[in-house]
Amino acid sequence: MENKLPTIEITERYCKGCHICVEFCPKQVLEMKGFVVSVKNLEACIKCMQCELRCPDFAIKVIP
Amino acid sequence: MAFDYEKYIRPGKLPHIWCPGCGHGIVMKGMIRAMDTLGLEKNNTAIVSGIGCASRLPGYIDCCTLHTAHGRAAAFATGVKMAKPEMTVILVGGDGDGTAIGGNHFIHACRRNIDMTYIIMNNYIYGMTGGQFSPTTPHMHKASTTPYGNPDPSFDIAKLAIGAGATFVARGTAFHANQIDKLIVEAIQHKGFSVVEILDDCPTTYGRRNKFKSVIEMMNRLKEVAVPVKAAEKMSPEQLQGKVLTGVLYKEDKPEYCSEYQKVIERAGGGAR
Repeated sequence: MENKLPTIEITERYCKGCHICVEFCPKQVLEMKGFVVSVKNLEACIKCMQCELRCPDFAIKVIP
Repeated sequence: MAFDYEKYIRPGKLPHIWCPGCGHGIVMKGMIRAMDTLGLEKNNTAIVSGIGCASRLPGYIDCCTLHTAHGRAAAFATGVKMAKPEMTVILVGGDGDGTAIGGNHFIHACRRNIDMTYIIMNNYIYGMTGGQFSPTTPHMHKASTTPYGNPDPSFDIAKLAIGAGATFVARGTAFHANQIDKLIVEAIQHKGFSVVEILDDCPTTYGRRNKFKSVIEMMNRLKEVAVPVKAAEKMSPEQLQGKVLTGVLYKEDKPEYCSEYQKVIERAGGGAR
């Protein structure tokens, strides 16, 4: 079965760099680049949606 | 599928004013998911707030909204509900707004059992005005006005609401983000005054004065102190020391205020609505 990679959309203008998504991601997919979050390792993403659920700033969307 | 939060948010209002890591955004997301689950119509939903960080929330949501005087959200919301009983009325506010300045309005709204939902975001402090201690600041914790520790014992908002006569009382935390929308859905569906207390974090004014090194540490503290009601039944009082119960804490059916008021109108000889 082919495992389709999700798309992680980050609205950089909304991100305030609180680290919540980076810390609560179980697979270390995200990292901080300066003050803004960015995707480090998309292949590891298991689409658990924790980052989208927890981001207080509406900055992350995971499209599976 | 990614949840489309923007359909309930006023265009151009984001990014919001809350500090990095503030849990209010997580609560707002939970609230939007709950509104979507219930299919609430924007024109038939009123969101009322007082003053404070949490009370900025109605500014972002594209419904009928009312940003009122400090602590007076319950009073204004009662007016909205009495004039338009078919509307879904949701109140939002913080711990200071709800239980200190608006404490009197809060307990009397509970006593009346008028059909609305009060979401209290309890971050243990007055965030917007610079970190003064609030009635929920834990004993001996520091605030800008209590630099050597707060000598006051704190309020338990859920117990206060139950004591005052609210008929649905629940508690969640910003860490347990999945639970927030479920509690709010149940609270809105309940006919009567529902109180949902969400324990929150304020990294800017509470966290940094109380030796929380980061937002993550504050979130993990919420995870540690929260105990679901069902799990608490099996725990001893010693194990429950310092813990906070989460979930639906209290629920009962009592006559609702708008329908009782209608009976008074009919008894006085007025036309039925």
